[in-house]
Amino acid sequence: MKKLYARLGIAGSAGLVLAVLWLLIGTLGPILTPYGPGEIVDYEVFLPMSAEHPLGTDYLGRSVLSRIMDGARFTVGIAFAAALLATLLGTGLGLFSAVSGKAMDESISRLMDALLSIPNKIFALVMIAAFGSSVPLLLLITGITYTPGVYRIARALAVNINQLDYIQVARARGEGRIYLALFEVLPNMIHPMLTDFGLRFVYVVLLLSSLSFLGLGVQPPNADLGSLVRENMSGLWEGAPAIMAPAAAIASLTIGVNLFIDSLRGRH
Amino acid sequence: MSTVVGLLLRRVGISVLTLLLVSAVVFLITSLLPGDPAQEMLGQAATPEVVEALREKLGLNQPAHLRYLNWLLSLLSGDPGVSLANNMPVAELVADRLPRSLMLAGITTVVAVPFALSVGITAAMYHGRRADSIISTAVMFVVAVPEFLVATVAVLVFAVELGWLSAVSYAPQNPTLPQFLATYALPVLTLSLVLVGQMARMTRAALIEQLLQPYIEMAVLKGASPARVILRHALPNAVGPIANAVALSLSYLMGGVVIIEVIFNYPGIASLMVDSVTNRDFPLLQACAMLFCTGYLILVLMADTAAILSNPKLRK
Repeated sequence: MKKLYARLGIAGSAGLVLAVLWLLIGTLGPILTPYGPGEIVDYEVFLPMSAEHPLGTDYLGRSVLSRIMDGARFTVGIAFAAALLATLLGTGLGLFSAVSGKAMDESISRLMDALLSIPNKIFALVMIAAFGSSVPLLLLITGITYTPGVYRIARALAVNINQLDYIQVARARGEGRIYLALFEVLPNMIHPMLTDFGLRFVYVVLLLSSLSFLGLGVQPPNADLGSLVRENMSGLWEGAPAIMAPAAAIASLTIGVNLFIDSLRGRH
Repeated sequence: MSTVVGLLLRRVGISVLTLLLVSAVVFLITSLLPGDPAQEMLGQAATPEVVEALREKLGLNQPAHLRYLNWLLSLLSGDPGVSLANNMPVAELVADRLPRSLMLAGITTVVAVPFALSVGITAAMYHGRRADSIISTAVMFVVAVPEFLVATVAVLVFAVELGWLSAVSYAPQNPTLPQFLATYALPVLTLSLVLVGQMARMTRAALIEQLLQPYIEMAVLKGASPARVILRHALPNAVGPIANAVALSLSYLMGGVVIIEVIFNYPGIASLMVDSVTNRDFPLLQACAMLFCTGYLILVLMADTAAILSNPKLRK
């Protein structure tokens, strides 16, 4: 524990604690909520914080704390799965590109460059218009949106590693392309790709909550953290915790993961 | 000079090709729809003959590659079709909204760039010391949270708590100065905040990269003051990378403006696009998406041009 703290520093440790906390809320939150997320617990809307309702009530008189704990699973869950999808697809394609012939490498790279030159939000909006925004689709859409970014990094790494001496040796030994890619190149890419995964996770959280804020992400009756901010916008004029709490939740999640990753990168 | 011109021409060519590929991707995604748009527009009660006539009119009976070519040609000739939602020509809708978005982006640029440069240069001057870490942390906080959060907090502080500004942007035809300020203050403030975050971060990185060069060590050793080292020695060499960073961060506007226009009810091209997503109004959506991609590519092209022009090795 002490060693970990010494490695990460104050900011990094705080970030790690926040990230783990949100992962826990994302997985266990729905079981631990004090009230049901859709349950109307008070006739007063936009109540301030109290012992009975720790984060007040929302625009329908529901418990804000319960809704955040329930909503976190969408934000954390979709972002985690989408970042994983982007990392696996991007790394796989990047690796494939790096060990393939020039023609194949060129054509994949050109396509990915074209996809990269569509701004993320615009790309996601176009796909949502075409395919809709159910939870599995949102996962796919956000995952695919960030695949070209992962691809670029993975390919650059793989191309560099592919030119190292030990790869030449393995090639001279007569190893096949697939063996080289999976057992020689890939193991040396895992560290940077994990860091990249953390950043993609943050990006997906930002994109997803922005989409939900626009009303184009997670659809009612379900609500992720972005939807919670959106549906309580009318409470802004009272400075109700119903709008500040989910906003703070998103901020603490993204800033936490960022701090943790920054402290990891600083060491290498 | 010819190498530079050659490089620039090549770079422009790549951009045009990329834009062509992007248009194919946008068209492919928006025409892969399950279901029949003609049937959807007319509803279940329509007779097969009417549906067939509309399919004919929309050109849905043609094979996909022909439809793509037709679409691309009409886009290039400035007539991207008719909006499905309100039957108005897309060109007219866009022409009404585009200047407003450009205005918003323009004002934001004018406000954000000088501020971001001073923040970034200050951070680099105090590289590794407390002022730098305070700035870098603040920048990280702004960049790490979604735009709508920055906007919400800005509304809460300036409109709700202090009561200085209105939370809804409404631009009358010929605004007076106070009206103008009231319209643009909050959207520009929030957009600038996020933009300054991105830009200051990249400016700092570009300048610090220069500070690690041997000639800077030389300047320090000969006794130049830190301010002189930065402003006289490092900055002129960092102009290219910084211009590159500025153009790249400005491309961020293409996404950020989507959120900001919707929050503040600003009648620009991005809120038009979000409406087209909600209404599944594809001709309008395609046109808006292509506008954003073109804007993005132009800014990236400007960034690359700055990098090429500022590289003295290419000036032969």
